[in-house]
Amino acid sequence: MSAAVVTAEVAYVLRLADDALVLAQRLAGQLTRAPQLEEDVALSNIALDLLGQARPLLTRAGELEGAGRSEDDLAYLREERAFLNCQLVEVPERDFAETIARQLLFSCYQLPLYRVLATSTDEVVAGVAEKGAKEVDYHRDHAVQWTLRLGDGTDESHRRMQAALERLWPYADELFESDDVTRAAAASGLGVDPAGLRAGWDADVDAVLAEATLTRPQPVRRATGGRRGVHTEAMGYLLAEMQHLHRSHPGATW
Amino acid sequence: MPDPEVPVLTIADLGVLRAVEEDGGRLRVTVTPTYSGCPAMDAIRDDVVRALAAEGFGDVEVVTVLSPAWTTAWMSDEGRRKLAAYGIAPPQRRADGPVLVALSVRCPQCGSPRTRELARFGSTSCKALRQCEDCREPFDHFKDH
Repeated sequence: MSAAVVTAEVAYVLRLADDALVLAQRLAGQLTRAPQLEEDVALSNIALDLLGQARPLLTRAGELEGAGRSEDDLAYLREERAFLNCQLVEVPERDFAETIARQLLFSCYQLPLYRVLATSTDEVVAGVAEKGAKEVDYHRDHAVQWTLRLGDGTDESHRRMQAALERLWPYADELFESDDVTRAAAASGLGVDPAGLRAGWDADVDAVLAEATLTRPQPVRRATGGRRGVHTEAMGYLLAEMQHLHRSHPGATW
Repeated sequence: MPDPEVPVLTIADLGVLRAVEEDGGRLRVTVTPTYSGCPAMDAIRDDVVRALAAEGFGDVEVVTVLSPAWTTAWMSDEGRRKLAAYGIAPPQRRADGPVLVALSVRCPQCGSPRTRELARFGSTSCKALRQCEDCREPFDHFKDH
């Protein structure tokens, strides 16, 4: 196996892990800020599921890399440019509608992705995906229920839900971008080329938006770069919060 | 061994304990998490090692497997009875038998089928919060998963 293939494998698994890890961190940051107590519980439950998916994936990426890095090393000691999550999961939300909009866009992508990855040639990826698909199905349903409630709710909730979609839509394209890493993963059976998930995602999301009386945005720009380690301004702040304790007190445990 | 979050159930009742094998004097215990991020998994692993050590088994390996993914269909009948008696409505799906749809969740306090969901996510990942329309008691429902 050439070094380039190993690198692509590691990158592919890191992308999966970092999406879950960074979104878990974002959702955990919403704790106590949801509109109702039950929603705080829901968002923290979802964050916990995602964190649980990220951990074995990070461990696996470390094994594939073969440089002795643990899940903690990868989560807490990488620099911003080494994180390969999509930008959608790192964008900070400004209100609850944006939290829900992101959950809708992301879980409608992650659910079919995990369903396919359940047959990955990599046992860890397949195991996480098989289990994760059941969890993400629930996350997606939660996001759909709220999208309907906010979109088809009051004038104010409709306005804010539509605004949330407009803000986050430019980040959606990145989820489906093909590059050398996804093509190598698809060729080896480790992963899938996400471009093939686009049509299903469009149909799924469009149906929800129609029922919620929301309009599909027509963005004039596309945000991309996360898969190559290029992030938004918000990413550094997110990592500072996530990594501060571990870096200040190496080896600290509960 | 009781589950740390739902102590009325053992980890065998719950289906979290998958296998116990002996391999040349070493015990290998296989467990599977209910949910990926279940925070009780570390406590379960520690409890297994401690319980076996107390019984004289010093060489113990606890292995976590993700696949096949845990499902509430693995919960034992005994476990379902214990949950209901504890005040938590048990999951409905079973490993054998037909798949039943649109069943109402019965109130574990008064037995009424007239209950409604208050929140899809409850006190732990595996539970949702419901309320009985007759006796008005809120209760946890162990979700089908």
